Amino acid sequence: MARFTSGNDVIAREIIDRYPVAKSAVIPLCHLAQEQDGHLADDALVQIGELVGITPAEVLGTASFYEMLKREPCGRYLVNVCTSISCHLMGGDELLHHAEQRLGVRAGATTADGLFTLEEYECQAACTEAPALQVNYRYFHNVTPADFDTLVDDLAAGRLADTIPPHGTLARIRQRIPSDRAAGAASPIGGAQPGWLTDSPALTDDGSNP
Amino acid sequence: MTDVKREVAVDTVSLTVNGAAVEAHKGQLVIDAADNAGIHIPRFCYHPRMKSVGMCRMCIVDIDTGRGPALQPACMIPVADGMVVDTLSESTKKAQDGVLEFLLINHPLDCPVCDKGGECPLQDNAYAFGPGESRFVEEKRHFEKPIPVSDLVLLDRERCILCDRCTRFARDVAGDAFIVFQERGGQTEVNTFPEHPFASYFSGNTVQICPVGALTAGPYRFRARPWDVEKDESTCTSCSFGCRITVEASRDEVIRRQGVDLDPVNWGWMCDKGRFDFDAMNASERLRTPLVRDGAAAREATWSEAIGRAADALRPALDGGADRVAVLGGARLTNEAAYTWAKLAKGVLGTDNVDCQLADGLPPEVVFGLPRATIDDACADGGTVLLLAPDIKEEVPVLFLRLRDAVLAHGVKVVELTPQSTSMTPLAAASLRYRPGEAAVVARLLGGGDGGGLSIDGDVSAARELLRGATRLTIVLGRPSIGESAATIVDAVGALLGGFPDAHVLTVLRRANVHGALDMGLTPGLLPGHVTIDAGRDWFTEAWGRVPAATGLDATGILAAAAEGKIDTLVLLGADPIADFPDHQLARTALDTVGTVIAVDVLPNASTALAHVVLPAAGPSEEAGTTTNLEGRVLTVAQKVTPAGTARADWHIAAELAFRLGHDLGLESIGGIWDEIERLAPSYAGLTVDIVRRAADRDGALMPIDEAQLAELDGARVTIASQRHRVDAGSATAANRAAAAESQEERQADELAAEAEQSDDEGKGVARGASTSQARPPLLSFAPPATATELPAVDAYGLRLVVSRTLYDNGTLNQHSPSIAGLARVACLRLNPADLARLGLDATATVEVSSVRGSLTLDAVADDRIPPGSAGIYTNHEGADPADLLDVHAPVTTIHIGTKS
Ligand code: SF4
Ligand code: SF4
Ligand code: FES
Ligand code: FES
Repeated sequence: MARFTSGNDVIAREIIDRYPVAKSAVIPLCHLAQEQDGHLADDALVQIGELVGITPAEVLGTASFYEMLKREPCGRYLVNVCTSISCHLMGGDELLHHAEQRLGVRAGATTADGLFTLEEYECQAACTEAPALQVNYRYFHNVTPADFDTLVDDLAAGRLADTIPPHGTLARIRQRIPSDRAAGAASPIGGAQPGWLTDSPALTDDGSNP
Repeated sequence: MTDVKREVAVDTVSLTVNGAAVEAHKGQLVIDAADNAGIHIPRFCYHPRMKSVGMCRMCIVDIDTGRGPALQPACMIPVADGMVVDTLSESTKKAQDGVLEFLLINHPLDCPVCDKGGECPLQDNAYAFGPGESRFVEEKRHFEKPIPVSDLVLLDRERCILCDRCTRFARDVAGDAFIVFQERGGQTEVNTFPEHPFASYFSGNTVQICPVGALTAGPYRFRARPWDVEKDESTCTSCSFGCRITVEASRDEVIRRQGVDLDPVNWGWMCDKGRFDFDAMNASERLRTPLVRDGAAAREATWSEAIGRAADALRPALDGGADRVAVLGGARLTNEAAYTWAKLAKGVLGTDNVDCQLADGLPPEVVFGLPRATIDDACADGGTVLLLAPDIKEEVPVLFLRLRDAVLAHGVKVVELTPQSTSMTPLAAASLRYRPGEAAVVARLLGGGDGGGLSIDGDVSAARELLRGATRLTIVLGRPSIGESAATIVDAVGALLGGFPDAHVLTVLRRANVHGALDMGLTPGLLPGHVTIDAGRDWFTEAWGRVPAATGLDATGILAAAAEGKIDTLVLLGADPIADFPDHQLARTALDTVGTVIAVDVLPNASTALAHVVLPAAGPSEEAGTTTNLEGRVLTVAQKVTPAGTARADWHIAAELAFRLGHDLGLESIGGIWDEIERLAPSYAGLTVDIVRRAADRDGALMPIDEAQLAELDGARVTIASQRHRVDAGSATAANRAAAAESQEERQADELAAEAEQSDDEGKGVARGASTSQARPPLLSFAPPATATELPAVDAYGLRLVVSRTLYDNGTLNQHSPSIAGLARVACLRLNPADLARLGLDATATVEVSSVRGSLTLDAVADDRIPPGSAGIYTNHEGADPADLLDVHAPVTTIHIGTKS
C-alpha cells in the first residue's frame, strides 16, 4: 500500500482545503501517509505531488529534510536511544548496546518481525532523567537494561497499545474542524480577504501592506 | 550583450564603492552596481537572470549604511543613497577566506580530471580570494561519482557547493522542478526523485551555470580542456528564435555550444536541441563528396562533373523553360546564401517556382505585411499576448522561457487559441480550444463579430474581455497544427485584426532562417526585401537583368505540378519533402516523376536518396554570414570549422552554377553579397555590412533598421528611407489595410522617390550600382482574405486531426546527432479520454486510422490535452507519420478509427 486509501484521500483533500496555497499542505500530507503506511513510500510522495500540484522531486526535497519522516519501512515501534552527553555519562551507550543485544539488530535497523526499529539518537531534552529513550516519541526516563527488557516485553505483548500507538500515528491529523468554526483559507498574496478580517486592509499582490 | 539590463531605471542612487563614487538605479543590487562600476565581487550563487538567494556567502563585503560597516551579501542588498561599500577591507578578506575554506572542506581535489578545470569559478575564486591553505584533515564526504540526472546531464554530488543555481533554474526559469535539494545539513545533496529523471528541454543550461564541475554534459565530458578550445560568438540555427551562442571548437571540430546573454532574445539560455545537436555535423554519414546518379545507384563524382550535370538540367530554363524549374527549401541557408540562390533562381533562371516553406508556414504577406512585434514587445510589462501558434516549447523553446517569465514576473496575460492544450496552457489567463480548421470562427467571436451560430461560452467572453482591456496586444502567430491549412489561420488573423486593429504580430515559424529566406525572396511572388514581383519588376530587372514573368507556384503547387510531369528540374535546398512535406503521397510521386532532382544538403535523407545530383553543403558553423530570427533581428553566424570533406558554402554553389550557365552573379564574398542586399532589398536599406558587424557585438540589428538603433550604434552616419516603411507598416490599421493596399503603395512610392533623390544629392545609398533610375519599390502589406475558407461539415463519426511537432523528433539533424537521436519518441494516436471511452478502446489498443488519403496503424493513448472530437498525431515520430493521412489541398483532415483485427 502506498497511495492513500479512499478514506485517507478524503482526509487529504480536507487538509489541503485548510491552506490558501495547496502546497503548504505537503508536510501534513506526509504525516498522513506515514500514519497510513508507517513510512513514506515513493508512490505516496508522487501522489502528494499530484494532489498539491508540485513535482515528486519537490515533495521529496521537503520530506527528506525532516528526520521524523521515514523513507524506509519502519517498525511498529521506533525506539530512539539517546547517546548525547548527559545520557552518555549516565549509561546511554551501554543501554544502546543492551538494546542491540536484546533486539538482535544494530542501531538503524528493524527487527525481522517488523515490530521494532532501533535508532541511536541525539539529545531528547530529557537530560535530567538520563539515560532516556523514546518509543514512537513517547518518553521513558532513567532506563536501566532491565527496564528496557520489561518495556520490550510489554510492547511486544501489546500491553502498552493504549498509550503508544503505532509509528506514524499523529492524532492531530485526524483533527476535524467543523466548517462553521473554520477560519477559512485566505491567501496572504492577493486574492479575497477572509470574512473575519474586518479592520485590516488586504495585502497587495507582492505581499506587502499597502 | 554582456551588460544585462535587468532593472528599469527609475531613480538614481549614489553610493561609494572602494572609495569611488558610483551611480546606480534604485533597487539595483550592490553586486550589480559594483559590476557596472568595474569592481568585481566574487560570487557563486548569484546569477543575473535569476532571483538572488544568498546561499553561498561568497559575495560578502563590508557595507555601511550609516550604522557602521557590517558584512553583508552584496547579491541580496539593494543599493541605498550614501551607502559605503568596501570590497577590499580586512574583514571582507577574512570572510572570503572563511567562506572558501568551508566550501573546499567537502570539495574533492578533482581539478585534473574535472571538465570545469580551467574555467571554474571555484578555482578562480580560490586563487584570487581564498586562504591558500586548508586546515581540514578529516575525511571528505563521499557520493557515488557522476550519476545521470537526465539523458544529457551528469551530476557529481561531491563537487557540488550547493549554490542552488541549477535547482533554481529548473524550478523558476524552466518550470521543470525535477532536481531539488534533498536531505539536510552536511548531508544536503542535489538529486532527482528516484526514476524521475531531469527530463527538461533546458537541462543543458544547468551545466553552463553550475559554478563548479558538479554538472557536466554527456556529449562534452572529457572531450577538451578550456585552453584547447577556440570560441566565437554566433547564433543558433536549430530554430528561428535566434539564441546567441558561442561555438567552441577543438582541432577543427565543434565540441560545444554555450548560451550568450543577448538581452532582447535568449538571456543566455538555450534549449538542449540547440545546445547539443551540432554533433550531427560530425556524423560519419555527413555528405562530403558530390554524388550523381545514373539509373539506380548513386556514385561519387567530382564537383566539376556534378555541377555540370546540375547546370545541364537547369539550362533549358534560360530559353523559355523557366516554368519547368523549381526550387524548394532554403530556410537552412544564411541570408547571404538565400539571396544568392534567389538571384540565381529568379534573376538568372527566371523561375518563380521557389518556396522556402514546405506547406507548414505562413504566407509572406502575413509575416511581413503586418506590424511586427519583437520578443521584448511581447514580453514587456503588462502586455497581452494572444497565442495562435503551435506549442512554442516544442518549436521555439527559448521563447517559452521568455513568455513564461513574462507571465510570472511581468504581469503579461496570455490568451491561448489552439486546437490542443500546450505547454503555455497552465500559464494562460484564458485558454480556448477550437475545432481544427475553425480558428477563424473563435477569432471572429473574440474580435466581436458573429460566430456563425456558435454560442459564446464563458471562456470566450472572458478571453474577449482580456483582449479588449489590453493596452498592448501581441499576436504570437504560427501554425498550431499542420493538419489544417494555412488559409484557415490567415482567415483567423483577418478576423482578429478586425477586432483588434492595433495588434502587432510575432510570427513563430520554426525553421532556422525561414524569416531571412522569405526576406530574400525565396517564396513565390516576392523579390528580396519584401516587394512583390510586380512592384519590384523594374527595380530588380535593372539590377539583375531579369525577373520572373509572373507569380509562381508554392511548395504544394510545385510538388503537384511535379507529380503531373510539369517540372523537369527540382532543386532541393536543404529540403526533404519526402519526410517533411505534410502530404507524403504527393511528395513521393513528385520526386519520382521529376526529370532531375538536385539536392543541396548536409546529410543524407529520404529525398537525397532519390536525387540525381547531390551537392554537399557546408553546415552550421562551417559557413559565415547572417541569419534573421523570427522578430526580424539580423544576427551574425560564425564559421568556426572547415566544411566537411569537399562540402561548399551554399552561396558558392549557387554562384558556381550560375557561372556554368554563363552568368556572373557578381557575388564574391559574404560582405559583397550583403552590400548588394543592402542596396537592392528595400527592407534592408541602410543596414550596411558595417552596421551588421557592429551590431553583432550588441543586440543584433532589428530589421528594418531605424534611427534609434543607428543612434545606439553611435557614429552611424546613414539615414535611410526604410524607417518610413516601418512607420507606415506599423501604423496600418485593419481598416486602411483592407481599404486599399494600392494607395499605401503609391504613397510609399512617392515618398521613396523623394527619398531617393535626396540620397542622390547626398551622393550615397540608392545611387550606387544598379537601379539608378528607379525608386525603391514599396513593401508588401497584408489584406485580409475576402472570403473565408470553406470547411467540410463536421462528421459525427470522425475526428478532426491535429498534427503537431515535438522538439525531439525524427528530423534528419536529430537522427544524426548522437546526443539527441535517442530521445525521439514512437508515434501514437492521442485521443481525449472521453473519446477513447466512447469508442470502447482501452488505453493501449492498436487501431487502424484512415482518412480519404490513406491509413496508418497506431497505438491509441489517452491524452487530455486533445479536446473531444479531435485526434492528435505527432509528425516525424518513429513508426508512423500523419503525412500519410494528410491531403494538403484540404483545409482539414478527418480521420476514422477502426480496431485492428
Ligand atoms: S550542482 Fe552546481 S549548480 Fe547545482 S547546486 Fe551544486 S554547485 Fe550549484
Ligand atoms: S530555442 Fe531555437 S535558437 Fe534557441 S537554442 Fe533552441 S533551437 Fe537554438
Ligand atoms: S543528552 Fe540524552 S536527553 Fe539530553
Ligand atoms: S553570490 Fe551572494 S550569497 Fe552567493
